[in-house]
Amino acid sequence: MEDLPDAEIPPSDVPPRYHTGRLPNSKVGDGKPRLLLMGQRRSGKSSISSVVFHKLPPSETLYLETTTRIKKESMHSFMDFQVWDLPGHLDYTDPTWDIDVIFGEIGALIWVIDAQDEYLEAIGRLNDTILKLQERYPDINVEVFVHKVDGLSEDYKSDTFRDIIQRVQDELSDNGYENAPVSFYQTSIYDHSIFEAFSKVIQKLIPQLPTLEALLNSLCSTCRIEKAYLFDIMSKIYIATDTSPTDIGSYEICSDYIDVVIDVSEIYGWDRPSENGSSEITETGNNDAESLITMERKGNNYLYLREINKYLALICLMGDDSPAEKKAVIDYNVGVFQAALNQVFPRAEREQLLSPE
Amino acid sequence: MNTGKRQKQRKVLLMGKSGAGKSSMRSIVFSNYVAKDVRRLGATIDVEHSNIKFMGNLMLNLWDCGGQDGFVENYLTHQRAHVFGSVAVLIFVFDIESREFQADVISYSNIIRALEECSPSAKVFILIHKMDLVQARLRVQLFEERAEYIRSASEGFRDIVEFFPTSIWDQSLYKAWTQIIYFLIPNAGTIEGLLRQLAEIIDARELILYERTTCLMVTHVTRGTEGQNPFTDRFERISSILKTHKQSMAKHTGIPAGSANFAEMQIKTGRFMFFITRLTENTNLAASIPPSEQVFNAARVNILLVRPQFAQLDIASKPRPGIQQAFAHSAESESRRDVGAGASEDRHSGKGKEAVGSGGGGGEYSG
Ligand SMILES: Nc1nc2c(ncn2[C@@H]2O[C@H](COP(=O)(O)OP(=O)(O)O)[C@@H](O)[C@H]2O)c(=O)[nH]1
Ligand SMILES: Nc1nc2c(ncn2[C@@H]2O[C@H](COP(=O)(O)OP(=O)(O)O)[C@@H](O)[C@H]2O)c(=O)[nH]1
Ligand SMILES: [Mg+2]
Ligand SMILES: [Mg+2]
Repeated sequence: MEDLPDAEIPPSDVPPRYHTGRLPNSKVGDGKPRLLLMGQRRSGKSSISSVVFHKLPPSETLYLETTTRIKKESMHSFMDFQVWDLPGHLDYTDPTWDIDVIFGEIGALIWVIDAQDEYLEAIGRLNDTILKLQERYPDINVEVFVHKVDGLSEDYKSDTFRDIIQRVQDELSDNGYENAPVSFYQTSIYDHSIFEAFSKVIQKLIPQLPTLEALLNSLCSTCRIEKAYLFDIMSKIYIATDTSPTDIGSYEICSDYIDVVIDVSEIYGWDRPSENGSSEITETGNNDAESLITMERKGNNYLYLREINKYLALICLMGDDSPAEKKAVIDYNVGVFQAALNQVFPRAEREQLLSPE
Repeated sequence: MNTGKRQKQRKVLLMGKSGAGKSSMRSIVFSNYVAKDVRRLGATIDVEHSNIKFMGNLMLNLWDCGGQDGFVENYLTHQRAHVFGSVAVLIFVFDIESREFQADVISYSNIIRALEECSPSAKVFILIHKMDLVQARLRVQLFEERAEYIRSASEGFRDIVEFFPTSIWDQSLYKAWTQIIYFLIPNAGTIEGLLRQLAEIIDARELILYERTTCLMVTHVTRGTEGQNPFTDRFERISSILKTHKQSMAKHTGIPAGSANFAEMQIKTGRFMFFITRLTENTNLAASIPPSEQVFNAARVNILLVRPQFAQLDIASKPRPGIQQAFAHSAESESRRDVGAGASEDRHSGKGKEAVGSGGGGGEYSG
């Protein structure tokens, strides 16, 4: 992650150029798929972006300063994204703005609604925005995050969620816009839900998703893996999983497991001075990190992680009938998977060859 | 059954104003709670006793003393000798957000005087707690100011009292409790000696011994260049990583957190290899070794071989969870109120000392 310079707003009619690499998936020209974060002031936009993309501990978001300018972040990964955090007090559909600079080329518009606050005004503005944008940019995915649900009781949470969906859909269809491409998620920065929601938003922007899913399905069935996820290591967003039913629980344990491996790798992967003399060991370890957890109760492999390339890691949750001896089978098939994947995303492998980091 | 050595009983007082965070930290360190669960804890009324078995041969007799003024008054007067007698360690918790810091220190002073009178050889640890509520850039300075002020009110203990900034939201809590526990373990030196020999044999860069239930570090051995590892907080960071992971596995598998243990975790990369494995009934061993399959395999075999030696160090006369808590009075009602939902299976009420098998960790130790 790197911060791009804050743009002074509103910019001129020169289209933005912030590209830092090759872009396998850009829709037009050199622009990266862009995720716009919009919503009322203090709905939680900056918190979301800091927690997801900068790993800021959630409790530290209390000290975030109010955003007064458009803040652009780029996520440099298996594919490049830009995340724009738009301050809530401005109306971007206002004619004084160059609407194309903001909304052209966007992959998804994420609208954040604070579920702990009055939300009628937020819904009104969301609907205005959707209606204004739909003629010109009918392909924009609108993703509504019903946010800060951590403070709500289960009942209140689901009532609020249903109420918001109902109001948005009713108002849009009153205005003659049926079946609008709007999806809803319940999110909080205090648990995994924000990462899961982001995962789903980003998956819609990956053209290779069906291929990835097919590869993962095949891996799962050959190795009797219960659930396999392909994770973006930095953000802990998963970009694909096999097509068996997902539940947040499986995502959570895999995501926590990545943290364990990353943390330990940070602690012991520091740059050592070369050990001369004292030991004769030549480094035989694999460059791609690999990890395995065996459970005491079950006595079998339980979690397996394999770094696939610079950006991606495969995490498998084993079923009760994936016995420990099958490690060799898993290794072999993961190798096959890795090779296939690097054909789907050649860029990461190429970069790895260039810089053996 | 090994009954060769006697268990060491150590009395530990946990004090500080009501709301300072005493019960929260106790639940996180000893009962498999995670930070976000502790909001559900009820207030501590009077004293909650718990007996915590650590490493088999150390029994912590922990007194979590309710901090309401009336009770403190009572501890200092009628119960003075009872509360402050034969204390090994006093842990005093200050809430960094307290609006009455001066008053807190006066109350602390009174307690220190009682301690000096009844247990002059006790050790005092001060935790300046809830540091997460202070902005990061102000933390160090505020901590040092408070620590100095408190030290000056520490009477006869002013030169030995140790200070730690803590928060339940990060590994600082583990750092503090690791030091406290280390002070209390009777045979830390012997364990360290054995660990050092093992490290030489398997050519480990670092070995860390963790108590299994709490994930607190018992001791560690660091060799060669690993001594220059820039992550000096790694021991408590790994504690915290292990604890979180345990919690996450428990949640996923439905196995109680007290027994959601992995048999082994391994991580192999081009720069290091690392594994954590069960060493004895009460301990896990973490090993960081050079990135070589041969070293890795040899290390695992050697660890198997030294297990019996280490097992002798943590004496446990019968299979039971690593930590057992017994409530001295009104066990049933109190433990129920305090533990609440999501309770750790490690807790057993005073009456049920033998009944370790009831869904808790009992069964798994029989092997
Ligand atoms: N309880 C809760 N608070 C949140 C959550 N996300 C953000 N917040 C808080 O909401 C406040 C406003 O957040 P901020 O990101 O500055 O909002 P923005 O104006 O939309 O960028 C901050 O105090 C955050 O700590 C959440 O998921 N749950
Ligand atoms: N922010 C913050 N809150 C804490 C921390 N430790 C405990 N608390 C909160 O402080 C309150 C009182 O804690 P409790 O353990 O009951 O205090 P006790 O009366 O000393 O036992 C609870 O709401 C806890 O969630 C901490 O490190 N940081
Ligand atoms: Mg903001
Ligand atoms: Mg309490």
